[in-house]
Amino acid sequence: MNAMKVCILLISLFSASAYAVIDGHKYPFEDPADAARFEQLAEDLRCPKCQNQNLADSNAPVAADLRDKVYELMQEGKNDQEVVDYLVARYGDFVRYKPPFRLDTLLLWGSPVLMLIFGIILVIGLRRQAGASPSVLTAEEQQKLNELKARLNDSETTADTTAENRNS
Amino acid sequence: MNRLLLFIPVVVFALMGFVFWIGLGIEDKTSLPSPLIGQPFPEFELGVVEDGRTLTTKDLKGQPALVNVWATWCPTCKAEHAFLNELAEQGVRIIGINYKDDDAKARDWLSLYGNPYEYNLADPAGKLGLELGVYGAPETFLVDSQGIIRGKHIGDLNPRVWEVFGKEFEALK
Repeated sequence: MNAMKVCILLISLFSASAYAVIDGHKYPFEDPADAARFEQLAEDLRCPKCQNQNLADSNAPVAADLRDKVYELMQEGKNDQEVVDYLVARYGDFVRYKPPFRLDTLLLWGSPVLMLIFGIILVIGLRRQAGASPSVLTAEEQQKLNELKARLNDSETTADTTAENRNS
Repeated sequence: MNRLLLFIPVVVFALMGFVFWIGLGIEDKTSLPSPLIGQPFPEFELGVVEDGRTLTTKDLKGQPALVNVWATWCPTCKAEHAFLNELAEQGVRIIGINYKDDDAKARDWLSLYGNPYEYNLADPAGKLGLELGVYGAPETFLVDSQGIIRGKHIGDLNPRVWEVFGKEFEALK
């Protein structure tokens, strides 16, 4: 916190007041920290008219109105949360890029965790399968193996002689 | 077992495809749910376009009404105007909010195309519009006799929309 105060103090040495400029419109602030807050809010709030632009990017009239409102609320001394709450009360959660954690957004927030758990289970399953050798045979396969073994035993003598012949 | 595992990506893809198909198909991205439904109509004290008298939230109460946000610069508002005239003839109480507009232009428009409104509140700076979460005209609110917002329609009102919206309105009586 002290470092931040020093920082702010240093910044204020170079500029007596600060402007946040969006879409050619100047928003004067006495404290540069407030100008930074304003710019951050304009970045974080979504323009209700546009599908994927924030208040800082959009040049829609409603975005300009909302920027002015954010500025006005900040001049009234409202903190970031109060500003966001004000807009959400009128425009809904759509204006926030970060949706709140609620019962109806549980799936939204939970799905990455679900995917992670699913992935971990998948990886563990695949590793176990690769690691466990040889795998268990079915009854049918076991029977086939027994047959093959029996046949091998029968022809073992001939096989031995051929092997001996080859070796000599 | 190994063979079955090979199908996992296909199954995951199919599931995601299904979810996106439903999600992208159903959601009307141009109309946002209003958090104001169930809330009292925001307080206001505004001039009336037609005669300049000042009205407040109290004047809204007493009977259910459609509160229609419109402007002369809004082409869709012109498209729905004829239908609003029709509704007014049927006895539907319609109150206008002339949103970010010029009073003189609004009066010209009303004398030219007819006036379906009980009165029009002048909101030249869009202050009341902002309180109502208006982001594009026309928008129409259903307000009950107690002054509580009961519904909202974004876009023009027409017979097709009225089939549903009109029933909601009738239910307020």
